[in-house]
Amino acid sequence: MPIEISITTGSPQPIYRQIADQVCRAIARGQLVAGEQMPSVRALAELLVINPNTVARTYADLIREGVLEAQKGKGVFVASRRTVYTKAERLRRLDATLEALVSEGIHLGFSAEELREALERKLRQWVEPIEKGATPR
Amino acid sequence: MNDYAIQTRHLTRYFGRKRVVYDLNLSVPRGSVFGFLGRNGSGKTTTLRMVLGLIAPSWGSSTILDHDSQNLPSDVRARIGYLAEGHPVHGWMRVQDARAYQSSFFPKWNNRLFNSVLDFFRVDPKTRARNMSRGERAGLCLAMTLAPEPDLLILDDPAIGLDPVARRSLLESMVLATRKTDRTIIFSSHLLADIERMADHIAVLDYSILRAQCSLETFRSCVQQFVLRFDEKPPQLPPLRGLIQCIVRGNQLRLTLVNVTQETRSALESMRPISIDAAPISLEDAFVSYLGGSIESTASQEISESFEPIGGVK
Repeated sequence: MPIEISITTGSPQPIYRQIADQVCRAIARGQLVAGEQMPSVRALAELLVINPNTVARTYADLIREGVLEAQKGKGVFVASRRTVYTKAERLRRLDATLEALVSEGIHLGFSAEELREALERKLRQWVEPIEKGATPR
Repeated sequence: MNDYAIQTRHLTRYFGRKRVVYDLNLSVPRGSVFGFLGRNGSGKTTTLRMVLGLIAPSWGSSTILDHDSQNLPSDVRARIGYLAEGHPVHGWMRVQDARAYQSSFFPKWNNRLFNSVLDFFRVDPKTRARNMSRGERAGLCLAMTLAPEPDLLILDDPAIGLDPVARRSLLESMVLATRKTDRTIIFSSHLLADIERMADHIAVLDYSILRAQCSLETFRSCVQQFVLRFDEKPPQLPPLRGLIQCIVRGNQLRLTLVNVTQETRSALESMRPISIDAAPISLEDAFVSYLGGSIESTASQEISESFEPIGGVK
C-alpha cells in the first residue's frame, strides 16, 4: 500500500521533519512494513510539489537513524529493525517525550489517574492491533 | 567554472539620488533553488536586471555563469532563462506564434516540456495572448522560458497575480525544472509558503541592503523564539544581543532572537524565570520578526552561513 503523506506550509515544523514524522508514524502503525519500497525522491517531490532536496534530506536523515535503508541501484526501503540507538539513547528520547506529555497534561488540568487512563487507551489502540498483526484503525 | 551561478561584488545602483541596491555581495550556489526575498521596492528586480546585464550598475560588478554581466556573449545568454516581472507577452501571438518566435532564438528547444507547462496551466492554444487570463499568460511565459532548457532560470516574482490553482501549476513547473539537477533556479517571491516548498537557499534584501544570505534551514534555525514564565511581572530586560522582538503578556515574556549563543542563554537565565521554553516558530513569523516589528536596530543582526555579519551597513 502506498504511504499517504501530506505536508503543511506555514507550520513551525519544517517540511523535511513533517515527512519524517509521518513515515515513522506509518511504521509504528504497521501501515509501512519492513522491506517495503519508498517512493523515489523525485516521485515524492513531484507528488508533494516540493524541492527534491527536501525529500532527499528526509531520506538521508531516516537512513542515518536506521528507519530506512538504501539499496544500491534499487531505491530506498523500510529497514527491518531499528538498532541504531543505544538503550540509553532510547531511554533519553522516551523521557523527553514523556516529559512533554506529562507537562502538557498537567497544564490542561488532568489528574494523574486521567493521564494514566489516557495512556492506557492509546496503548490499546496502537500496540494491540500491531501485535495481532493488523493495521490499527 | 566556479561553484556559483551568480556572484556580485559591491553591486550598487542609484536611480538619480535614490539608492536602490547598495553594496550587494550575493552568491548563488550552482544547482540551488534560490529564493530572493524582500519587501516591495527593496531592490530585487533591479538586482536581477543588473545581473542579467540589462542595466548597468552605478558601481560594483557581477558575474553570471562565469561571465561578466555587462559583457555577455550570446551563447551564454542562450543558457539563461529569464521570466520578467508581470508575465509580459506579445498580445497578438497565439501559442504557435510564441513557440516559433521564441524557439528561433535558442539552440535547444524541448517541446515536451513546453507542452507540459502549458498543460499545467490549461492554456488554450487558440487564444491570442492579449485575451488570455493572468494564469494562462503566466503559463505561456513560463513555457517559453523553460523550453530552451536553460542552465540558469531567473524568475522575477513569477507568482504575482496568480490564483491558488495557477500558483500550484507554477510550483509544479518549477519542480519539473529541477529534473535537470545542475540547473540553478533563482526566484523572487513574497509568498513564504512557496519559498518553503521550493527554496533551499535564500537571500533577504531590505531597503536596498542584503540582510541575510544562507540556506533556508540556517535561516529557520537562526531565528528562535523563547517563552519565559515568571512568578510576577517580568523584570527589565538585560541587554540581549540579537533581540528582534519582545512581547510581554501577563507574567510571560515572549522573545524572538537571532544567532542565539551561550551568552544569550546565560542572560536569559539571569532574569530568574520559572521556566524557559523554546517555542517553535513558522518561517513566516521568523521572516516578519526579522524584517518588521523590531524593537532595536536589527541592522547589525544579519544571518549568513558562517553566522558572521555580512555586507556593509553605512
